[in-house]
Amino acid sequence: MYGKGILKGLGVTWKRFWDTYTEDLAWLLRGRKRYYTEEGVRHRASKDQKGIFTVQYPEEKLILPEEARYLPFLVYNDLPDGKREILCTSCGICAKVCPPQCIWIVRSNDPQTGRPIPEPTEFYIDADICMNCGYCAEYCPFDAIKMDHDFEIASYGRNVYNMEQLLKSSEYYKSIRPVNYAREEAARLAEAEAKKAKEAAKAAAAP
Amino acid sequence: MTTPAPASTQTVDLTARFPGVVQADARPGYAGFIVEKDALIEVAAAIRDEFGYDLLTAVTGVDYAPDKMEVVYHAYRTSGGPGLVFKVQVPRVDPVEVPSLIHLWPGVDLQEREAWDLLGIKFTGHPDLRRILMWEGFEGHPLRKDWKEGFYEEDTKPFKSRWPHGQFYMAEDKNPFKDNLTFPQNFDPEKWIPEGDALLYGALARYTVKSEGGISTDRIVINMGPHHPSTHGVFRAVMTLDGETIVGLKPVLGYLHRNHDKIGERNTYLQNMPYTDRLDYFNSMTNNFGYALAVEKLMKIPVAERAEYIRVIVSELTRIQNHLIFIGTLLNDLGAMYTPSLYAFEERELILDVFEAISGARMMCNYFRFGGVVRDIEEAEMQKIKDLVYERIPPKTDELDRMLTENEVLVSRMKGIRMINAEDAIAYSVTGPVLRAAGVPYDIRRADPYGIYDRFDFDVAVRYNGDLMDNYLIRIDEIRQSLRILDQAIKQIPQGPINSQKPQYQVRVPAGEAYGRIESPKGELGFYVVSNGKPNPWRYHVRPASYVNLTALEKITVGQKIADFVVILAMFDIVMGECDR
Amino acid sequence: MDNETLSLPEYDIPADMQNLVAVTTLDRLYNWGRRSSVWPLMFGLACCAIEMIAAQAARYDLARFGMEVMRPTPRQADLLLVSGTVTKKMVPPIVRLYNQMPEPKYVVAMGACASGGGPFKEGYNVVAGIDKFLPVDVYVPGCPPTPQALIAGLIKLQEKIDKQTLKDASWYKRKTKDPNYVPIPILGPDLIDPRRNAEIKHAAATPEEN
Repeated sequence: MYGKGILKGLGVTWKRFWDTYTEDLAWLLRGRKRYYTEEGVRHRASKDQKGIFTVQYPEEKLILPEEARYLPFLVYNDLPDGKREILCTSCGICAKVCPPQCIWIVRSNDPQTGRPIPEPTEFYIDADICMNCGYCAEYCPFDAIKMDHDFEIASYGRNVYNMEQLLKSSEYYKSIRPVNYAREEAARLAEAEAKKAKEAAKAAAAP
Repeated sequence: MTTPAPASTQTVDLTARFPGVVQADARPGYAGFIVEKDALIEVAAAIRDEFGYDLLTAVTGVDYAPDKMEVVYHAYRTSGGPGLVFKVQVPRVDPVEVPSLIHLWPGVDLQEREAWDLLGIKFTGHPDLRRILMWEGFEGHPLRKDWKEGFYEEDTKPFKSRWPHGQFYMAEDKNPFKDNLTFPQNFDPEKWIPEGDALLYGALARYTVKSEGGISTDRIVINMGPHHPSTHGVFRAVMTLDGETIVGLKPVLGYLHRNHDKIGERNTYLQNMPYTDRLDYFNSMTNNFGYALAVEKLMKIPVAERAEYIRVIVSELTRIQNHLIFIGTLLNDLGAMYTPSLYAFEERELILDVFEAISGARMMCNYFRFGGVVRDIEEAEMQKIKDLVYERIPPKTDELDRMLTENEVLVSRMKGIRMINAEDAIAYSVTGPVLRAAGVPYDIRRADPYGIYDRFDFDVAVRYNGDLMDNYLIRIDEIRQSLRILDQAIKQIPQGPINSQKPQYQVRVPAGEAYGRIESPKGELGFYVVSNGKPNPWRYHVRPASYVNLTALEKITVGQKIADFVVILAMFDIVMGECDR
Repeated sequence: MDNETLSLPEYDIPADMQNLVAVTTLDRLYNWGRRSSVWPLMFGLACCAIEMIAAQAARYDLARFGMEVMRPTPRQADLLLVSGTVTKKMVPPIVRLYNQMPEPKYVVAMGACASGGGPFKEGYNVVAGIDKFLPVDVYVPGCPPTPQALIAGLIKLQEKIDKQTLKDASWYKRKTKDPNYVPIPILGPDLIDPRRNAEIKHAAATPEEN
């Protein structure tokens, strides 16, 4: 029969149309909120999704996975005396590995000793060159540069971030990447333990 | 652990067949044969007809500054097996001339034009040797080692200005023209007369047809693109029409030429990985795969067992989402605006969610590393993949099939409209689903297996009519075959490390050459990498599926109706990022 | 648009009239109409275009912002979304499209490439940002920006539209010549911007220092 294929196709779209309402109704009857809740957003991003697929940004936001990456940021620790401990030692590995070469680091020397100061004097990332590849975070040996989750950074001008704009606290890092943070923290603790044990052994061996 | 195949394999003895004019390439790390320039056509004919290497996939040039230039050909048998590499070396003195193979393999057309454009190698006997990625009038051949662009900083990355005295400056401020520009000495822009498209339209005039029946009709020249709603990206086709019939067509490319090859030569090996993501931006995972294969061949390192399975899983997921998008956009091009593509994008979003969870990014995954992958697939993500593979994608594929395949309008638009036949497809170096829909069961996963594809049980999807309908149906077949592979891979994946190497940002690559090729969703994607033992590749060339497939566009469309052109173009499933690089 | 954003705060409307009457300015009403029907040009360049399409598709659904009508012709479009790497070869068509768009028109540079050249900035065929040629209203960083990031950028554009006023709307001014007209670049030995002819001539005549 001519037109059977079209009708079959229309059947599919018709079913999709009805799914919208049956799904809403099913959630209503179960007394759960399908919209503007985390449960609802998660469900719409799962295999069981039926009917409405839209996540209504900005009212609702997709739940980003931990590994999601956008632009890089520098991590600092809050010290008890209100100062900031910047983890970066300006070793330059991120600047060397960066594929589009968008990281700029100024390392300065201590005027007295002439040796390099670990903390970078200046640190720039040209956000309009950065390709979000994540190499800087991947190869940083000090866990000092990490990839951000914040994507709402549209602006009215070109974006070259200096160190002040790049710095974010380790608390923030912990909040966006709890699993990674816990793993790195455990590794740091283990390293400190090993160092301590080594020193203790050294002290014991010394007369 | 699997060991990678040797850098290049040779299975026939050309030196015995052509004593004196053919020599084995004896440079360490190289393989294949070096053919005398004057004997090239004769040897190539023998390679095709006597030895049966009927598919010439990759043609590219290498600038071995300061003394010689080389053209490298990769030929394969459509019946399967490893390939044959042959090269021609010529002195690096202008004009650099090499005989064109266009009369043996018309598929070299665009690739030879590219080598002329970027390297300045003149292919004698090529009937239409115009620039292709740059424009006529452009100064110089940018891939030559002594050519420098406006923002040139250093030959190799990392640049010294970034650390330890990385005082930020804009690249514009360092250039005399305050932009990424170079002009010849004493150039006066006001006196410049643009070349325009005179040569291009001149190339079309060869297709003059005489009007029949005494009625004189004008031929119309139509420019489609680069901005056109249904060209896939910034593609431009110039065609002459006789009524509604296409009598001549020339693709104009390069509107998205982002200089992958040149930037790739400046990057370190690892830095090229995220750049490959941006080639075929639908399929960053498979792009990574091809590049990783090429460099692993050079480095002669194994790939961790678990990583091999992960690579297959992500590649096949990529193939599924690519084909879903293909079907969606094809229906858009046919005028079924939006509904099918909206449905297709839903499934794609779910697959991209998985990619984002394992690699960190939706599209630009940058997931592969030499020797493995960057991050393991954890249990939660594996569960997501299982959900998709077993519960979500199969019924949705069936649904798409049910919705579209029997639709009478669709069938009448596609059934019986000629695409390409097997013989032409091979001659024009067409690969991928378009070749298989023409009845040639050539799939690199089966013909010349890479990774661990030899362990899986799947059928090479093939259709025999070679019309548009078959080209559409084969995509659905391939989604189903990919699901079969995924099913096996998910069941067999072992535990273990995900990389055979330590994470390192500077890899040591011995001198030599390697050609890594994979069956990307669009066809053969190859990476030809030449190393001279330094941290940066000497030559980095991408053999894109979309670009080479487009060679056949002219052959297919001439004689067809203009209304079908958009559908034919959609069937190639081109992506300009890969096409123009 | 709800009452809170439509009504001016300084006018006291009796409680029983709250949902019936609103006191507002023409600017607000006018901008509300414009911001809610920004029609983008159906125009994609590179990777970012795919995320732009994804933003149009079911999950992100730009129709919620009145931006679903993508016009294939510049004559009906309000917004040029430069989504991807701008190459020298592609600049003349882009500028031509921009010139053909009627006012009021906006340009959003989506992604690193369109904003400042992106990872391909050093390439010989790449223009380091569309702002070298067109006035850009909003820059959306990211490579590529996710659809949500793009929508965040478009919301930023809506905020910008909200701040404009009819009083100095340039598109109602009487004028002999289009003030937004951008001369179309020429493909020469390299890309020639006609506005900079003198500069180029001067720099080309100066011998290189090194």
